[in-house]
Amino acid sequence: MTWEETPKDLEAYQAALDALAAAGVDSRIAEGRARSKAVRTWREANPEEAAKLEKAPKAPAAAAAGGNGGESAPAAVPVAAAVGAAPVMATAAAVTTPVREAPLPTGNVPTPKKGVDDKHRLLALVPPEGIQRVEREQGDRVNVWPHLLIEEFVAMFILLAALVIFSTFINAPLRELANPNLTPNPSKAPWYFLGLQELLRYFHPMIAGIVIPTFILVGLAAVPYVDRNPSIKPGDRKIAITLMTILFMFGATLTIIGSFFRGPGYNWIWPWAQGVFFEL
Amino acid sequence: MKLKPPSPSDVGDRIRETEVWKSIFRPGSIFRKGYKDTSRDRALATMNNVLYHLHPVKVKRHGLKLTYTFCLGGLSFFLFILLTITGIFLMFFYRPMADLGGAQAYTDMQSISTSVFFGDLVRNLHRWGAHLMVFSVSLHMARVFYTGSYKPPREFNWVVGVILLFLTLGLSFTGYLLPWDQLAIWAVTVGTSLAAYSPFIAKQANFLLLGGVVVGPNTLLRWYVLHVLALPFVLVIFLAVHFWRIRKDGGISGPL
Repeated sequence: MTWEETPKDLEAYQAALDALAAAGVDSRIAEGRARSKAVRTWREANPEEAAKLEKAPKAPAAAAAGGNGGESAPAAVPVAAAVGAAPVMATAAAVTTPVREAPLPTGNVPTPKKGVDDKHRLLALVPPEGIQRVEREQGDRVNVWPHLLIEEFVAMFILLAALVIFSTFINAPLRELANPNLTPNPSKAPWYFLGLQELLRYFHPMIAGIVIPTFILVGLAAVPYVDRNPSIKPGDRKIAITLMTILFMFGATLTIIGSFFRGPGYNWIWPWAQGVFFEL
Repeated sequence: MKLKPPSPSDVGDRIRETEVWKSIFRPGSIFRKGYKDTSRDRALATMNNVLYHLHPVKVKRHGLKLTYTFCLGGLSFFLFILLTITGIFLMFFYRPMADLGGAQAYTDMQSISTSVFFGDLVRNLHRWGAHLMVFSVSLHMARVFYTGSYKPPREFNWVVGVILLFLTLGLSFTGYLLPWDQLAIWAVTVGTSLAAYSPFIAKQANFLLLGGVVVGPNTLLRWYVLHVLALPFVLVIFLAVHFWRIRKDGGISGPL
């Protein structure tokens, strides 16, 4: 059944079309929606006749494929080209195969009839919101294999080789058996805690051992939630970089002092004069 | 007709055509016959490999620049693997016992150095690797900070990273006690003496850490279990989240 033959409510059609056009909807989509609205309005007004039409024998396949645009779903984007405007696309076979691989038509392409309006054949319904939009930029990307993996392997083997060579020649320390009654002088924590041990010289143990480490760990974890500056350009982050560099320098200085400038009794020494009291 | 002996490359090709070979190496593997240096096979080489598929198929080109990452995160992970392997080796020869009858832990350390094949080298690797890992994880954190890589959407991954730093310190510190020599016991005594100053739970915290009031045999067993099982277990979970979030948050940050 063609659009012209379909019973419909033309007033509803015009009203819907005007409303959609005013809303700035694309004219083809607006037309499709308005047609569907018109048909639905008529069916709601005349339920008995609509039921009769449903039971009526179906039209031949060709007619069904081309002619039921008016009755179909809303938000229809006619995918196929107009019969009249693009004669290449007019045969059903040419449309069902992917466009890029379709062979060129070999003659017998029907020409549109003179004096007949162009008709849109609706072959697929694709609501516009159903099309996924890819927004990620492709950018300048390289394959992980081989470019990144080669780099990682080289870095890994250099480190492994350096570590094996170092370990071959330098033995890990092993002092005499642990003796709880004999405190070595000085007794130092492992190097990564020497900054804290150094702080113990200046603050109450609760401050140096509990409050400051907790504050540093929690503070570090909170960095991204405190620093809300979205830029990653070093020029835009002068305050953040300065503060963190001060913190790093502070930690490194304390650790170096604790490691090399503290001797017996954890008193200040000069490592070049009194020697190094540091073990890994 | 004279039969020519097959050339080595023929033999190689024939082996690589067998069903067994093809069942082991998935399509795209560089060991499979017909690997071509095309975009498709390069992508498959990453995707179809259990080790490499931690990576995406492609990365931003600037991420290859050595002075952007200095490979610090990857090397920290490599050190963790190395420490796991050397640690498993050492576990075969070490008993965490320090009872009055005799400090097995200490004598085991001595025999690792003197009578275990490659024992000394493996122990050295484990010790130096551990120190290096603390260092590389700290540097990795500094790098991530200076490149601003903790900014949205990577905030949570930074938090996971801070937890990983904490766990790395914990692993290193628990391992420090295990040789059971003067260096170990007194460094740990100094380090844990601070727990006695924690507010409200001073005694409990100290007892929980030491398994007693001073560093003793209970502490050794406790820290051994923490060192070889509990902390690595937790660390691996956080590592998995860390790596997974890198991918989900859009791969490497930048460029600056």
